[in-house]
Amino acid sequence: MNKKFLIPLALFAALVVFLAVGLTRDPREIPSPLVGKPAPEFSLPVLVGDKPFSPSDLKGKVWMFNVWATWCVACREEHPLLVDFAKSSRIPVVGLSYKEIQPQDMANGPLKDAEKLQMARERSLRFLQRQGDPYSLSVLDLDGRVGIDYGVYGVPETYLIDKQGIIRYKRVGPLTPQILIDTVLPLIQTLEAS
Amino acid sequence: MIPELGQFALILATVLSVLLGVLPLWGTLNRNTVWQSMARPAAFLQFALVLLSFACLAASFLSNDFSVKYVAEHSNRLLPSAYQFAAVWGGHEGSLLLWVLMLTGWTAAVALFSQSLPLNMVARVLGVLGLVSVGFMAFILITSNPFDRLFPIPADGRDLNPLLQDPGLVIHPPMLYMGYVGMSVAFAFAIAALISGRLDAAWARWSRPWTVIAWSFLTFGIGLGSWWAYYELGWGGWWFWDPVENASLMPWLVGTALIHSLMVTEKRGSFKAWTVLLAIAAFSLSLLGTFLVRSGVLTSVHAFATDPARGVFILCFLAVVIGASLTLFAWRAPAVTLGGSMGLVSRESFLLLNSVLLVVATGAVLLGTLYPLIIDALNLGKLSVGPPYFNLVFAPLMVPLLFVLVPGTVSHWREARLNDMFMQLRWIGLAALLLAIGLPFVFGEWSAGTALGVFLGMWVALGSLQHVFERIRKPGRIGGSFWGMHLAHFGMAVLVLGITGVKSFEVERDVRMSLGDTVSIAPYTFRLVDMVDVNGPNYKAMQAHVEVLKNDKVVEVLYPEKRRYFSSAMPMTEAAIDSGFLRDLYVSLGDPIAGDTPSWSMRVYYKPFVPWLWAGVLMMVFGGILAALDRRYRRAAVSPLQTAGEALSSTT
Repeated sequence: MNKKFLIPLALFAALVVFLAVGLTRDPREIPSPLVGKPAPEFSLPVLVGDKPFSPSDLKGKVWMFNVWATWCVACREEHPLLVDFAKSSRIPVVGLSYKEIQPQDMANGPLKDAEKLQMARERSLRFLQRQGDPYSLSVLDLDGRVGIDYGVYGVPETYLIDKQGIIRYKRVGPLTPQILIDTVLPLIQTLEAS
Repeated sequence: MIPELGQFALILATVLSVLLGVLPLWGTLNRNTVWQSMARPAAFLQFALVLLSFACLAASFLSNDFSVKYVAEHSNRLLPSAYQFAAVWGGHEGSLLLWVLMLTGWTAAVALFSQSLPLNMVARVLGVLGLVSVGFMAFILITSNPFDRLFPIPADGRDLNPLLQDPGLVIHPPMLYMGYVGMSVAFAFAIAALISGRLDAAWARWSRPWTVIAWSFLTFGIGLGSWWAYYELGWGGWWFWDPVENASLMPWLVGTALIHSLMVTEKRGSFKAWTVLLAIAAFSLSLLGTFLVRSGVLTSVHAFATDPARGVFILCFLAVVIGASLTLFAWRAPAVTLGGSMGLVSRESFLLLNSVLLVVATGAVLLGTLYPLIIDALNLGKLSVGPPYFNLVFAPLMVPLLFVLVPGTVSHWREARLNDMFMQLRWIGLAALLLAIGLPFVFGEWSAGTALGVFLGMWVALGSLQHVFERIRKPGRIGGSFWGMHLAHFGMAVLVLGITGVKSFEVERDVRMSLGDTVSIAPYTFRLVDMVDVNGPNYKAMQAHVEVLKNDKVVEVLYPEKRRYFSSAMPMTEAAIDSGFLRDLYVSLGDPIAGDTPSWSMRVYYKPFVPWLWAGVLMMVFGGILAALDRRYRRAAVSPLQTAGEALSSTT
């Protein structure tokens, strides 16, 4: 057999190997430079109550930080899982309502900051009443500045922060039962033990 | 009940495709003509069953049967019924069913129009197509069943993705799939020829019209996708080198090489092994495109729902189909005889150059598309490859390709004389050169790149025109393939001129506008005169009224919209475009900007020559159709003796 006629087959075999390896990777998984760094500090108004919340309030605890919004379709998909997780887990889940007020909400002219806050509170509370509330508390990031500090790439996103306030895990996109069981829960155990 | 009927029909079709894939091929091995002759009826019945299955899914959509999960996920009571029908292929499962419908449709068409082919050849071709169908139908039934039920039944569906609610996107996937799937016919002919060992001029002649028609569909599909991106995405771009665009461009490039190489094989009996390899490659790249889009290994704006199980299935299917084909190729191709001799300068050598350049271009696009995946697989990090790479690599390959196109069409087979060709082409060469020097000044600034683009476009256009005029003056009937070739080449020239024009002279302005504000792009002035609310069937929109003034007179009013569909929070941009012969005026409405007076961000573009892109693509499509309909392909039964005689006469 003439060897040169085997070249296409060999090239193709190499391609299949790469595609097979590629299948096991998630192209959406973006390595975050924040993992291993302290969680950026902020102080934001909370959904219910007057006292603002800062990450330092939770020092000494392992906690989950979940970025969400009522307009985010993937968040709705993730929501029931998060509610289940919050029921069965001991760690606090803090929600970050991210840019709740979107440009199209201002179609009839710009809104004042107080109006925005009012609107965001009403809409978020209604959503949580209907769909269940997994959050120990939820903070409102209307202008998205905290989102920038945390490198929010797409909503929903989930972070795990350890007792020293260091970010240990970041997930872009909705959590799945698989990810919770394989990655998040074991990590929480190790972080709590340390 | 109807969805179950659809599923049952699909299962029956799968069983039938197994029979089609096994019995006729078995029949050719032990010379059983009864088994061989089962191929045609099986092909027709298979198509009828898939059509029934498709109709059942469409009926479920039109009757708002939200107990079907796929319908609930992709339709909505408010959705206009034309889009309810189009929603059948608005998601992964349904678009696969459409794919299979087309595959079985092509199979049935081959069965119908193959009366002049020997029975054993028909049995082999249809058998190979049957085997391909088995893979796709099993894929649907195992991983992506569109007929799955949903309980509890939702009161209303989730609606079709607003991006897909557009006439351009309604016909874009069917056309693209027609092209992708059509390549399976060329592939089946090539495999049948490899199995039989009959790689001759007759084989090339049989597969040529099928390949050219598939190529035309693919061209049209890619053009539609580009057109859609241009007016729907609101960025004013028409090609983004997105992985999914590349997935359709690669089979097109190889398909283009294939239709040219098939010509050499038919006329001269040369390049046989190469042509077979191109046929396998064109279909393999179609399959690879499916894999890339459906498995989610690459992120893309086109990303449908992704699921690793699907990826694994397609990868296995890919490995079996392509691996088996290439193994067969490695086993059989060495026995293929070489064709007639060819000179260093001859039509063969120009066409060989065409093949090589197109294949290298395909390789470059493939590398750029898969590079992020390869780097990730080797644990070297995450990266993405953008337009700069593709433009840098692709354009230099197209320059020689376009240049040799003209001598390729006028040179003689076997041995051409450089001197004759120079004498024949010197005037059009000179004319193209003068236009390249002069024309850029007319439209704006002169640059070397612009001049090169104008030269190549004019060179190809004038070359085609000259050849046509020379041919008309000679006696004798001119076949469809001659007209088709020149129409397609002329279309390519128009496309090249269009790309050169828009890349060189487009003007883009991103501005903030309040009511009454104006922005100028000479010689036009755009004025925002009003902003109103508009209610659509399943959306609300803000609509801007933008007057276009030229010499202080209103020449056009444009109505760009920002739509908000009830079912989705994502706002959609509807750009407003005024098309002329030489330019598009393009306005897209952005978001409101907070401030004392209400104002909005707007994109105002002056896009010269964009209509030429679409005109060029359409000419290529019609050129392909004309060539495929050439009478000589439809001549009644061609006896082997006749083809041998022709092969002899064409070598003299």
